[in-house]
Amino acid sequence: MSARIIALVAAAALLITLPFWMPGVYYLNVASQILFYAVFAIGLNILAGYGGLVSLGHAALFGIAAYATGYLLQHGFGHPAAILIALVVALASTALYAVLSLRASGIGYIMITLALGEIVWGLAYRWISVTGGDNGISVHGRPEPFGISLTSAGAFYYTCLIVFVFSMVAGAIFVRSPLGAALKGTRDQPRRMNALGYHVWAIRFWASMLSGLLTAIAGVLFVYYNQFISPQTLALTASAEVVLMVIAGGASTLFGPVVGAALVVIVKNVVSGYLTRWNFLLGAIFVAIVILMPEGLVPGSARLWRLAWQRMRQPRKGAEAES
Amino acid sequence: MTFYLVLTVNSITFGGLLFLLSSGFSLIFGLMRIPNLTHGSLFMLGAYFGATFVGGLLGLVFNFWIAALLGAILVAMFGAALERLLLRRLPGQPSAQVLVTLGLSFMVADFSLMVWGGDPLSVQTPDSLVGFVRLGPLAFPLYRLAIIGIAAVVAIGLWLLLDRTRIGAMIRAGVDDPDMARVVGIRVSQLFTTVFALGSGLAAFAGIIGAPILSVYPGLDQDMLPLALVVVIIGGSGSLLGSFFGSIIIGFIYNFGQALLPELAYFVLFLPMLLVLLFKPQGLFGRFVP
Repeated sequence: MSARIIALVAAAALLITLPFWMPGVYYLNVASQILFYAVFAIGLNILAGYGGLVSLGHAALFGIAAYATGYLLQHGFGHPAAILIALVVALASTALYAVLSLRASGIGYIMITLALGEIVWGLAYRWISVTGGDNGISVHGRPEPFGISLTSAGAFYYTCLIVFVFSMVAGAIFVRSPLGAALKGTRDQPRRMNALGYHVWAIRFWASMLSGLLTAIAGVLFVYYNQFISPQTLALTASAEVVLMVIAGGASTLFGPVVGAALVVIVKNVVSGYLTRWNFLLGAIFVAIVILMPEGLVPGSARLWRLAWQRMRQPRKGAEAES
Repeated sequence: MTFYLVLTVNSITFGGLLFLLSSGFSLIFGLMRIPNLTHGSLFMLGAYFGATFVGGLLGLVFNFWIAALLGAILVAMFGAALERLLLRRLPGQPSAQVLVTLGLSFMVADFSLMVWGGDPLSVQTPDSLVGFVRLGPLAFPLYRLAIIGIAAVVAIGLWLLLDRTRIGAMIRAGVDDPDMARVVGIRVSQLFTTVFALGSGLAAFAGIIGAPILSVYPGLDQDMLPLALVVVIIGGSGSLLGSFFGSIIIGFIYNFGQALLPELAYFVLFLPMLLVLLFKPQGLFGRFVP
């Protein structure tokens, strides 16, 4: 337990001092990206990991929040109003999304969320009078809470860090709460939970709402970071990327999605410097992780390590038996 | 009036293509209980193969229909290999299987972009089907009518296969109750491969014969996959009749939507899906809620 606390304190110290020892603004921006994608992944993990509901359309909710922010800013709203209304719009969409997709679970849920995500993507792409179509929406400036400008990479990094910490804490509280426990119950034994008198649908619905809220917050950070939003952000590839973050790091663990987000963002940033074939690599990593270590990188490497260790020791045992 | 008549023919044509695409998707889904997310990629891959064969490969220029058949067979083999080599390794883990097909669809999309480039390829309408059928004051493109005919023939063929043959009976048994089918001695895992190959071949065939109308471009896979999904959500999985009616419904909604509400064409697809999910979540002709 104390080792865990030391690790947490060390991680916190690293994250807080990061702008002072990072060699450049580029790396600081990568760190900001990791943080807001981690918020997104934490949001999805609540559904996909703890709820067993793998949403393949989560980028749509992320995008709706980003588009709403961009659209409102474009139409003369102030930053606080734009952010607030965008979050409300995204939450309303999440509720609609949940009502439709929770008609099913398991594979049916995957299919419905995928179809919904693609429909929202099509809307962003074709509804040119609102979304600007392929040209997207540009955002100018960042909010200035309490008069502090967030234009510099460092200030934006700290914003992301604060939001990230709050999301982590919210995720941890949720998972330990009765609702979180009930959600895990509905994942493992939906019928039994139903028989015990739990309202399976309502539990899943509220989990979807929390997931949607975190996703929407990440979406708002995204649009302020990029200063731009286009249909690409809502594409199936984007939904798949965040699913990859969750399962790569280890679904239904608190830190898994964070590790996954770091991995995907870093690989994407590093690889795109050398290769134009990011999608091919994304697909290949996906297939490899699902087949070789479906439980995620952190628990998966531990398992492979144990297996290798056993293999190394077994022949020796055989030799002893012979002699 | 003419406008609506032409639109109707186009809708039925598109519905026919959708049927070819989604019947395989629906059968795979019904039997293996997984939505095959590479299905759009197989459609696109078929179209690219067809375009390559028709355009000439190594000095050989193929007849359109031979190219279509060849492309369909190649993609069917690819589908069978995919089922045997990848999905077979993940028995009883439907979510993992879905994610593998998703990962693979990205790889196919990027591979196609690498091989065939980012520009759309057009495929010539086969010579024998260029022209119009005149019906009073109206003229309908012959090729579109031919697609309707082909889709109808395939629909009847599939129905005969499923309803009148031994293998069809085995597939139906597998869809209804895979465990029981195994117990009575049907080799369900072999059926998986057969159905996967059949579905892949049909999707590729649809891609090729659709190519003269839709052309072939990067992103075709992502345009078609949601349509197949919506068809199956509406029609119900594992049901041939379901994909038939679902395809026609979506064919009409998509084409009329594009003509009348071009900005919201994709969004209007949402409406039938919403209604079906709210009132009949297993789909119009489906036997189980996925």
